[in-house]
Amino acid sequence: MTSPTTALTPQPPPPRVGGQAPQRRGDRVFAGLSLGAGVLILLTLAAVALFLITEGYPALVADKADLPYGISFWAYVGPVVFGTLLAAAVALLFAFPMSIAIALYISHYAPRRVARSLGYVVDLLAAIPSLVYGLWGVGVLAPYLVPQYGWLGRNLAWLPFFTDNASVTGRTLLTGGLVLAVMILPIMTAVNREVFLQTPTLHEEAALALGATRWEMVRMTVIPYGRSGIVSGAMLGLGRALGETIAILTVVSANPQTVSFVLNTSDNPSTIAANIAAKFPESTGLGLNALIASGLVLFVITFAVNYAARAVVARRAEFDGAAG
Amino acid sequence: MTATLSRPAADDQPTIFRPLPRWFPAATVVASAAVSALLQLMIGAGIVRFLLLTAVIFTLVLYVASRNQEGSRRATDRFVTSLVTSSFLLAMLPLASLTITVITRGVARFDLAFFTTDMLGVVGAGGGGKAAIIGTFIITGLATVISVPVGLLTAIYLVEYGRGRLARSITFMVDVMTGIPSIVAGLFAYALFVIFFGASVRLGIGGAIALSVLMTPVVVRSSEEMLKLVPAELREASYALGVPKYRTILKVVLPAAAAGIATGITISIARVIGETAPLLLITGSQRGVNWNPFDGRMTTLPVYAFENFTQPGTSGAGIDRAWTAALVLMIIVLGLNLVARLIARFFAPKGAR
Repeated sequence: MTSPTTALTPQPPPPRVGGQAPQRRGDRVFAGLSLGAGVLILLTLAAVALFLITEGYPALVADKADLPYGISFWAYVGPVVFGTLLAAAVALLFAFPMSIAIALYISHYAPRRVARSLGYVVDLLAAIPSLVYGLWGVGVLAPYLVPQYGWLGRNLAWLPFFTDNASVTGRTLLTGGLVLAVMILPIMTAVNREVFLQTPTLHEEAALALGATRWEMVRMTVIPYGRSGIVSGAMLGLGRALGETIAILTVVSANPQTVSFVLNTSDNPSTIAANIAAKFPESTGLGLNALIASGLVLFVITFAVNYAARAVVARRAEFDGAAG
Repeated sequence: MTATLSRPAADDQPTIFRPLPRWFPAATVVASAAVSALLQLMIGAGIVRFLLLTAVIFTLVLYVASRNQEGSRRATDRFVTSLVTSSFLLAMLPLASLTITVITRGVARFDLAFFTTDMLGVVGAGGGGKAAIIGTFIITGLATVISVPVGLLTAIYLVEYGRGRLARSITFMVDVMTGIPSIVAGLFAYALFVIFFGASVRLGIGGAIALSVLMTPVVVRSSEEMLKLVPAELREASYALGVPKYRTILKVVLPAAAAGIATGITISIARVIGETAPLLLITGSQRGVNWNPFDGRMTTLPVYAFENFTQPGTSGAGIDRAWTAALVLMIIVLGLNLVARLIARFFAPKGAR
């Protein structure tokens, strides 16, 4: 029994696209189901952390003598954390400038008609399984780089990164880092391309109207506008590089206890992920717990990096092109 | 369009500004390729070396010529243009090399026997990936069965119901979850199953759980994007006819977004079907076919390729099998990507986008 006046009073607009509709039992069931699915995702993430902690904890408190190599867990995990960071840093060093250049090419330099298909080709790089990258790294890239490593050793051995005793297989951390760089290029390029395309056309045209060349226009409008996108793209790429397993495991001939900055040697540090995959099948007891605990360390590192990347993205409210 | 704005027409600028002729860059490419080819004769040939050298010579010649004729600002512009272009071409090299390598090395064992035999009793040459192909489809299928309902319902929650802190934190956690390393997903599945089945557990379903941890966030993100694209007018029209909300979602919103959602799901399947690391940990491998994901080890294509490559046997036949497995995997992944694009093109609702 509503009076006509109340029906005519302006209703507040519905807060979201959902709006208001008659409530039925089916509605409650469906709403409950979808809420449950969302909560399940939160629970899964919590469960990942929880199970890693329960299975990894014994290694954290165990006696040195019972752990692999007879050293404490932190001494065990330290070298592989170092290797993980080094490999990811090498990858980022190559992929960061390349991703900006490629994204610029697709967004501002390539002819309009082909730009879309070029973007698709870059996305194809993301679709290739990491194992295939690994096989390619060992079968093609590593042999190709052997003479280059020799040259680096003969001429640049005075740098801390190279030795004149170069690897003869090419399966070095530098090769691994290069393969990682190719693997993280697509995600970084995709993010960069997205923000570059969102540069306000008015900014670009204003720069051009003032007589700027194309590069000056890019430097003055596109790059400053896309800076936060570039940063978050780089961090997403970093997150990928830190967690990559099988490409590193196949490509790099590694020793999990090595700590060295030398990039063209055959005695390389391993990464957390590659070390887990290499040791897992033959490990038992505390060795297994130690591996799971090192996985927890990796989880924490990548979680922090991704969290930071998403926080940067979230500050750009209108930007939603970062989904992997 | 922006390009033409920045390039003043030559005949408007009689004396003060004389740009390089339009044919000049093209001629420089040809000339630098020729010089580079000549240098190759002296220092030894190689396709990559040839292309790099050509790019360097081209960039330098164009920069110097432009600096002399057009001034430093335009020279810098040309320099950056050729830098950006050659970066793009350089990035295409690995893709080309990888495709060619996988095809040329993979065809050696790309025969009927690869698809019809498993590895039982095989020593040295022969054998095939039948068990691995079956295992890959079972495990990926199970992962899809788990991920799609959860992911789709979550996306529906986020778009149609969710508001406030819970929805925001789910969105954020889904984003963070896309960054979970695949090996951590494998460890999680192991840590979960070891509680029920004891140490050294290896189960196909464990692999499916690990893959669905990786797959669900991708499904959520892509479905969410697609549901957001459905115009609010469609929902409002349905509500105005007195249709309950859940029927509106099922009968109006989902059909309108179906093509996009199907595309997203296909891409997410392609994303996880090539995962190696988690399966290496939790499903292991075995030589024969195992149809039952709840009982014992299962072989999958990536693990099969990895193990054949790392333990090729004395004859090296394992290397051939590994490349063929990689080729089959590439064909599946690229095929799925193609299917996704076809769905997007042919089943998209009219007028959308």
